[in-house]
Amino acid sequence: MMASEAKAAKGHIDLRDIRVSFTQNGAALDAVRGVTLDVKPGEFVSVVGPSGCGKSTLLNIVAGFLKPSAGEARVDGLPISGPGADRGVVFQQYSLFPWLKVRENVEFGLKMQGMGRAERESRARTLLGLAGLLSFENHYPDQLSGGMKQRVGIVRALATGPQVLLMDEPFGALDAQTRVVMQEILTNMWQQLRLSVLFITHDIEESIFLSDKVYVMTARPGRIKAEIPIPLPRPRTAEMTSSPTFMALHRQLKALIREESLAAMGGELKEGGLGQDWHLGEQGVGAL
Amino acid sequence: MATAIRMRSLADPPVAGAAAAEAAVQPASLRNVEEVMTPPLAIKRHDVGGAPPMAPAIAQPAMGARLLGRLRTQLGSLALSVLSIGLLLGFWYLGTEYRWDFYIRFTNVPTPGEVYTEFMGLIGSAKFQANIGISLGRIMLGFCIATGLGVLLGLLCGRYALLKGLLFPALEVLRPIPAIAWVPISIMLWPTTETSIVFITFIGAFFPILLNTLHGVAAVDPVLIRAARCLGAGEVALMTRVILPGALPHIFTGLAVGMGVAWVSLIAAEMISGQFGVGYFTWEAYSLIEYPHIVIGMLVIGVLGLLCSGGIRLLSRLVMPWQRVGTKENA
Repeated sequence: MMASEAKAAKGHIDLRDIRVSFTQNGAALDAVRGVTLDVKPGEFVSVVGPSGCGKSTLLNIVAGFLKPSAGEARVDGLPISGPGADRGVVFQQYSLFPWLKVRENVEFGLKMQGMGRAERESRARTLLGLAGLLSFENHYPDQLSGGMKQRVGIVRALATGPQVLLMDEPFGALDAQTRVVMQEILTNMWQQLRLSVLFITHDIEESIFLSDKVYVMTARPGRIKAEIPIPLPRPRTAEMTSSPTFMALHRQLKALIREESLAAMGGELKEGGLGQDWHLGEQGVGAL
Repeated sequence: MATAIRMRSLADPPVAGAAAAEAAVQPASLRNVEEVMTPPLAIKRHDVGGAPPMAPAIAQPAMGARLLGRLRTQLGSLALSVLSIGLLLGFWYLGTEYRWDFYIRFTNVPTPGEVYTEFMGLIGSAKFQANIGISLGRIMLGFCIATGLGVLLGLLCGRYALLKGLLFPALEVLRPIPAIAWVPISIMLWPTTETSIVFITFIGAFFPILLNTLHGVAAVDPVLIRAARCLGAGEVALMTRVILPGALPHIFTGLAVGMGVAWVSLIAAEMISGQFGVGYFTWEAYSLIEYPHIVIGMLVIGVLGLLCSGGIRLLSRLVMPWQRVGTKENA
């Protein structure tokens, strides 16, 4: 998992013309249609879009949980046939095993590979040290805060040395302050690890701050609406979020997604976010 | 309200960032922001020292105060327990002492004193001890087989729908039959009385354990199964390292219920078909008109049942240490 030239060249995610259909009340519906997406080795790519647009569906395809109804899904040229330790996954709901202590959670993947106890232990402790959680190695997950749990989740996914890290709204359950700190931790870690990341989020700021490239998806059926390269320099710092480039990107992405969110919410919403023109006048709520 | 909406559309150009539109809008809105932001901000900083060190352990009140508090609540509940049992004994004593005979007849019921004297005489008797040992042996055997089979089938049926579809209709037909109703057929089925009694005990414990294991498997968070598969877990590892531990809380519920039913079934089987055992001892006492022994048998059964369920509770705490950690959830 240490950066090396050979590693840096691997981890190429290639989705081509992906369609995922399912049947609802006898009718065939598309969750995702015609999606082509590309994550180069060592690249950090985010997918943003309104809720229910199929972002997570894409991640599930790459993780191997879901077979696309049509199209090709490959990692490093090989068709994806199922889940495996070559692609680490970090879930929104932490997904730590509550019956295992923190270090045992991190060791899980290594144990599955048949690594010996001593080696496992030292590797897990190194990783926990990186995440600043070494003093919690003998705690159970229920004794940790959300931010700590998710750090364990990330470190656990990295332990087996995958070339690809798939993150499904990993910070979605965290409060805003913790989320910002976690983003900084992640971007710093990624800088060192040089692995490919596919990051699913609905948080625009997060997607810009972390990524080299952002894909914007439409409302269901999810298609790729835009592909936006993020020209911000590395390493990323918290101050960059107030730079003009960042703000311009933010505005642009927000406008793109806003249309889709309105579409996804359905009903008769107009541009102002209200169902009809409102002019209640001085009385305010009293006029209703 | 109308102005509010306008400001919103200003801050948020409606269409995808056409560069021209942005250039037109941005400077004005930015200048507005500048004007609002520039006045020197009067931030008052308070000296709070460094950040407090992150302590893994939760701060606890002083040891002495904690012990005292716990002692007080324990003394309170102890007093209540003594009172509760005292009332029961008092009722029994009064009923038997005054030969209560109004609808309920206490005339033949032994007094607490008689039972105590008899018990002191019995306790050293090898035959009495053997009866207790035999009952415990039957319970352990029947219960252990039920646990092994119930947990195994529960895990497999919970994971493989085909197996469940094959087994469950048949099991659902058998399940409502109380274990006691199995006594005659069990005596015919099995070569010895001993085996048939163990079988009855097994039947009693089996269904609660099986069904609770099945619920436990269903209750395992699917995201944990996914996580394990991404980490390279195969089917066997998934079963033993994820599904089994995930289902343990439910399994232990099944064990506790199963243990209770196992005792009910065992005592009934011993009374009907038995040689030896506490149930047999109790029934025999009735036939032989040794009335104090009836009460002794009942009390022994009660105490043994209590010890067994206590044992299961203890085991569950040993096997599932993570269940005891306090949730410090906040994020």
